[in-house]
Amino acid sequence: MTIAAEAPSIAGLFASRRRRLAIGVGLFSALLVMLAVVSLGSGAVKIAPGQVMRVMTGWVTGDGDVLAGRDALIILSIRVPRLVLACLIGAALAVSGALMQGLFRNPLADPGLVGVSSGAALAAGFTIVLGDRIFGTVAAQMPFVLLPFGAFLGGLASTLILYAVATRHGRTSVAIMLLAGVALGAFAGALTGLLAFVSDDRQLRDLTFWSLGSLSGASWTKVATVTPLILPVLLAVPFLARGLNALLLGEAEAYHLGIPVQALKRAAILMVAVAVGASVAAAGVIGFVGIVVPHLIRLLFGPDHRVLLPLSALLGAILLTGADLLARTMVAPAELPIGILTAAIGAPFFLWLLLRRDRTLDA
Amino acid sequence: MTTLLEADRIGVAYGRHKPVDAVSLSVDAGEVLVVVGPNGAGKTTLLKLLTGELAPSTGTIRLDGELLSAIPAWKLASQRAVMAQASRLAFPFTVAEVVRIGIDSVGRALARTMRERIIAGALDAADIAHLAARSYQTLSGGEQQRVQFARTFAQLKAGRTSSLRQVLFLDEPVANLDLSHQIALMESAAGLARTGVAVIAVLHDLNLATTFADRILVMSGGGLHALGAPGAVITRASVREVFGVDLCREADGTGGLPVVLPQHYAEMRLERGAA
Repeated sequence: MTIAAEAPSIAGLFASRRRRLAIGVGLFSALLVMLAVVSLGSGAVKIAPGQVMRVMTGWVTGDGDVLAGRDALIILSIRVPRLVLACLIGAALAVSGALMQGLFRNPLADPGLVGVSSGAALAAGFTIVLGDRIFGTVAAQMPFVLLPFGAFLGGLASTLILYAVATRHGRTSVAIMLLAGVALGAFAGALTGLLAFVSDDRQLRDLTFWSLGSLSGASWTKVATVTPLILPVLLAVPFLARGLNALLLGEAEAYHLGIPVQALKRAAILMVAVAVGASVAAAGVIGFVGIVVPHLIRLLFGPDHRVLLPLSALLGAILLTGADLLARTMVAPAELPIGILTAAIGAPFFLWLLLRRDRTLDA
Repeated sequence: MTTLLEADRIGVAYGRHKPVDAVSLSVDAGEVLVVVGPNGAGKTTLLKLLTGELAPSTGTIRLDGELLSAIPAWKLASQRAVMAQASRLAFPFTVAEVVRIGIDSVGRALARTMRERIIAGALDAADIAHLAARSYQTLSGGEQQRVQFARTFAQLKAGRTSSLRQVLFLDEPVANLDLSHQIALMESAAGLARTGVAVIAVLHDLNLATTFADRILVMSGGGLHALGAPGAVITRASVREVFGVDLCREADGTGGLPVVLPQHYAEMRLERGAA
């Protein structure tokens, strides 16, 4: 009888969680659409929201009159690819952060913070500066293949090194992970500096762009290169949610619950490397999205990965679209590198996280 | 009674160090087997071998006739549940969520109402229904231990829909519990045993062990020291030999079971003082 009496309260508990998820998805989607319209209308040429909507519907329906206009040209060839890139990269970075935090069982893990992004940036820099010397004409013909692939390998190598150093006997030490991340970041930074030393003027400008992070180089070609890498990760990530939840109890516990732990860890590492590598290849190093976004989602919706992963993707897209809007408009007609903005917001947030740490962080 | 879990001369070696060496045992469905022994005797390692978490370097383990190493993790999860020693969480899951994670894999095919009924039943069995909405991290060590018990309890109940031949492993499940919850938890485990689940528990409290065990396995130095009925295995001589203390006495009113009390130490001191 007690079981029958308790059942409704359990059902109520889980129903309220589902309701909050639905509200979150609805709210975030609406926010993203509003932000997108504002973002598409802002810039050197101001375009009213009504006109933005007309161009977008004209684009979808193939209305020739609307598409021939100047506004359509600006929106469709400059601003839409930039918006799409911001959404993809924001989602990729936030999801990578959530994945790494689940994998390391610690809310402080972040691809930017622990050297994964620096590793990817080093490899990207390597292809920029030495690419044509080593790979010859192949590099000149396929810059959009070599660069993302290099960044992916760099990200993968850093993640694997990090995991190998920080994990002993199935236990991952957070202190070791953060310290190893510092060392990895410094090492990658030193080598990137060395690359800057041997590069010519044009290469140096490209390198600076990569280390600061910017969406200003957005184009449909970049969108076409990054989408096939990031989109599969975003679509596949929900399938890891159940396993990541179990993994939070411990590796042995996850195994006891029927989770193929090694396969899960490999999949998560691979996804982080692909997502971060593609992001770095397209926009350079953009820090702190991976730590700020999942943390906010956990505060609002709890740590269940089935909620955390999709909502992190949405909020990551919102955050980076918003940050890019600021970066483009704050010092117009000039433009701030977006990496500077996210670091300026994210670093204080991270310090605040450390200040209010409780038993959740000392592991 | 049929044999559910069978270990044949299993052992594990790290170089020359052998935490478990040539242990053989078999456990029947519905039986409560309690493993006791001093610190470092290899109890937890033995449990890790029997749960499949650790592969034995020598010997074989069979669960329901099948080689343990040949059973995939997802299938094994419906046949056995494991409550490990105290575990912490880095993220603020609620109690109900922690228990739900226990059946997310095993019970994925079950209807939602069924899953919710299993979770509610497990919360009741561990006496934590009133904590369901609390964050796991804010609980005391004993309460966290009860949540972990509820999680394994739910896993068995969910797994029962696909396998009736189940084993429950408990590694020092009552270490942080108050007296009434120690007894309540062991009673819940015994209740599962009455439905056919084989229960294998590592305990430190010899009195609790003799109370709830059908058989007791005494481990010492990585090997099997004795295995048998509580009254036959826990004796003044064996406790003195394995644990190095002379605290075990015959007692009245316990149905012939021995009683191990630290108070007997005071008694020994008095005798020594008089002599």
